[in-house]
Amino acid sequence: MHAPDGFLEPSVAVITAVVALVAVSAGVRYAGRELGDRQVPLAGVAAAFIFAAQMVNFPVAAGTTGHLLGGALAAVLLGPWVGMLVVSVVVIVQAVLFADGGLTALGYNTINMAIVTAFGGWAAFVLLRKLMPRTSAGVVGAGAVAAGISVVLSAAAFSIEWLFGASAPVAFDTVFGAMVGVHVLIGVGEAVITGLVLSAVMASRPDLVRGAAHLSDDELNATSRVGFRPFVIGSVCAAVVVGVVVSQFAASNPDGLERVAIDNGFEESATDHALSSSWFSDYATAGISNESVSLAVAGVSGLCITLLVGGGVVSASRSTRRRQTA
Amino acid sequence: MSGVHGSTVSRLFVPRDSRVHRLSPEAKLVAVVAVVVVIAMTPRRETAAFALYALGAWAIIATTKIGLLTYLKRLSVIIPFVMFALIVPFIGGGESVRVLGVSLSVDGLWATWNILAKAGLGATMSIALSATTPVPELLHGMTRLKVPRLLVAIIAFMLRYIDVLVEQLGRMRRSMLARGHDPRWLWQVKPIASSAGALFVRSYERGERVHQAMLARGYTGVMPTVSEQRASTKEWLAVLLCPFGAALVLTVAVV
Amino acid sequence: MSASSISVRELGFRYPGEHHDALRGLSIDVNSGERVAVLGPNGSGKTTFVMHLNGLLATQSGEVRIGDTPVVESNLVEIRRRVGAVFQDADDQLFMSSVREDVAFGPANLGVSGAELDELVERTLERVGAAGYADRNPHHLSGGEKRRVAIATVLSMDPDVLTFDEPTSGLDPAGRRELIDLLSSLTQTQLIVTHDLPLALQLCDRSVIVSDGRVVADGPTSELLANVELLAEHRLELPLGFDPSRL
Repeated sequence: MHAPDGFLEPSVAVITAVVALVAVSAGVRYAGRELGDRQVPLAGVAAAFIFAAQMVNFPVAAGTTGHLLGGALAAVLLGPWVGMLVVSVVVIVQAVLFADGGLTALGYNTINMAIVTAFGGWAAFVLLRKLMPRTSAGVVGAGAVAAGISVVLSAAAFSIEWLFGASAPVAFDTVFGAMVGVHVLIGVGEAVITGLVLSAVMASRPDLVRGAAHLSDDELNATSRVGFRPFVIGSVCAAVVVGVVVSQFAASNPDGLERVAIDNGFEESATDHALSSSWFSDYATAGISNESVSLAVAGVSGLCITLLVGGGVVSASRSTRRRQTA
Repeated sequence: MSGVHGSTVSRLFVPRDSRVHRLSPEAKLVAVVAVVVVIAMTPRRETAAFALYALGAWAIIATTKIGLLTYLKRLSVIIPFVMFALIVPFIGGGESVRVLGVSLSVDGLWATWNILAKAGLGATMSIALSATTPVPELLHGMTRLKVPRLLVAIIAFMLRYIDVLVEQLGRMRRSMLARGHDPRWLWQVKPIASSAGALFVRSYERGERVHQAMLARGYTGVMPTVSEQRASTKEWLAVLLCPFGAALVLTVAVV
Repeated sequence: MSASSISVRELGFRYPGEHHDALRGLSIDVNSGERVAVLGPNGSGKTTFVMHLNGLLATQSGEVRIGDTPVVESNLVEIRRRVGAVFQDADDQLFMSSVREDVAFGPANLGVSGAELDELVERTLERVGAAGYADRNPHHLSGGEKRRVAIATVLSMDPDVLTFDEPTSGLDPAGRRELIDLLSSLTQTQLIVTHDLPLALQLCDRSVIVSDGRVVADGPTSELLANVELLAEHRLELPLGFDPSRL
């Protein structure tokens, strides 16, 4: 997910960089409002934690390992603004010091890994929390599923960026299908790990979990067991179903049409579509058969991402204001 | 997804006696960012430009005296995207060409080249920066470049405590191994995740104690200024040769 | 009452969310220049007490004075310059990226800068036996070195009073001796919270035992350490073979 330099076209790199810059500056300001003069040590140490947690090799299957992304976890633990800021700092440091992620890719890397995951994850968490029992386990369950969703959102966001700034002739639907499909599976791992980490923190210091701040002491102590094994099995099943559905979409880009495009020459098929507007990357839109479906998918995912991220921001600001007046 | 970093923070800096090491951090930062921007903007078909960039990169690698091996080791971080780049000609659309009996997308081949060249060069510049600039200096450089103090401070604290936390994680892992827990499957992940949770609590509590230590030494919410050394004009001129050179190459190539 | 004396009256404190008091009427007077060991079982309130001296914990009941200055919100800036607290875990105090920046942090907050600051840093590091450490990464220091640099970070503020929380824990024997030598060379009023009874005997003419949130014994260290029943009552024991009366 730490895309290198040149992965997306400069136009996208610039626009996303501006967006990320605005978000991070706002993050510093809001984090200051929430944490006061504790901001520097707490955000710093939290960022170190996320960095260290991302290094951990979590077993996935037969000895292969996966890694935590941590955006949703950071949001549930620290609140969406501080969470977003903390993961952004991790992404920036990884790019500048470890060459993990290009310097010119910082815009979209920050958006995908910090902003979308933290705010989108927080929004999903707040929604899910309403469906769950008002207990510690409810917070853990909501946080876990929100983490899984945040990973998928992140992949979708990247695919949409690809639509505008692809640097390779791979169609949007292929990228979307592959990215989202794979990340649904990665999301399962993220969900399981996030849930377990939240559970551990809730067991010793629930006051450190911002997502549990609404619970009273009695509610914190009440038990409602969410079985671990059924949860994992259920998530894997859900993931498989979603993954199959999504990859069907990618596969519906029939080889037949690609051959047609090739036979007629690349330039012709590019001018053939209704969308030869320079807004969309030629690569991403070239060779798309069901282009209206593609764009519908892009549009809907974009809308979902915007709604969730925006909702997350609004929810965050409202709860900050509520706490300030309390 | 993010891979495991070969070196944590304290092993990033490689002490050598080179011109690049002696340059001011703010000058290096600006130069690196400027060069990478120019490279990223270069159209991929300008192979001559890239050849010159590569020569420039070689010169930088040589001047930093760190050794090609270090660069190659640290460049391994871009491998996942190298993989993706290598697949593109096989799955890409558009005109194709037959190579060794396999049909490869021409545009895809250019895309592969584009990603590899830009990723490789960009990463090399980052590596040069972090290997020749100790962390405290880099942070001062950022402050002098007007990066908000608060943000620099957060980064500073993050870097200070990463090694501490990674060590703690290592100890937790070894104690698990010692008790026979060597997990291979996702459902065995519970103890590791619990350790991570415990680590968060300990880290947060440490953050609170650090805050108290800061208060005890007069902290009022604003980080104090430390040394104000500035980069000399000569340094700026010397270092900005790189991005200007690159921009010149780009202009000549495009025009 | 001179500037570096400590006066604590009936200090009471309860942590938020707890059901019992951590401090229950703790009173103590320490004269300028005195070195007092604070002994007692874990959980007795020793650290809680010490954190009141520089206002890290706001007084809930009772009163704390450093010299003539009461430790209240309005005096905190001055109090924190005059009281230097050395924490139990040096990594909590060495939070900057280099030793130089850590030692400079306090005085820089007080307005010292430029060449004067650099010189102060060098001087302080020499004072604690860490000359030449200025550009090192705190993470790479040994336990003993970290302790000494942590002391330097508060010493650079020119305090009148120093408090130490378990200064010898985790040190190897040579490191321990170096630390004791350093502490005995410092002239500030010192309060040393410690489980290291031989250290108490060597450095401090006077000791107090804090138990259950209040002072239960206060007197010459040699007398306290000779009273085996008193020690046992508060979970204190002398190391095997250590006989204070023989020293």
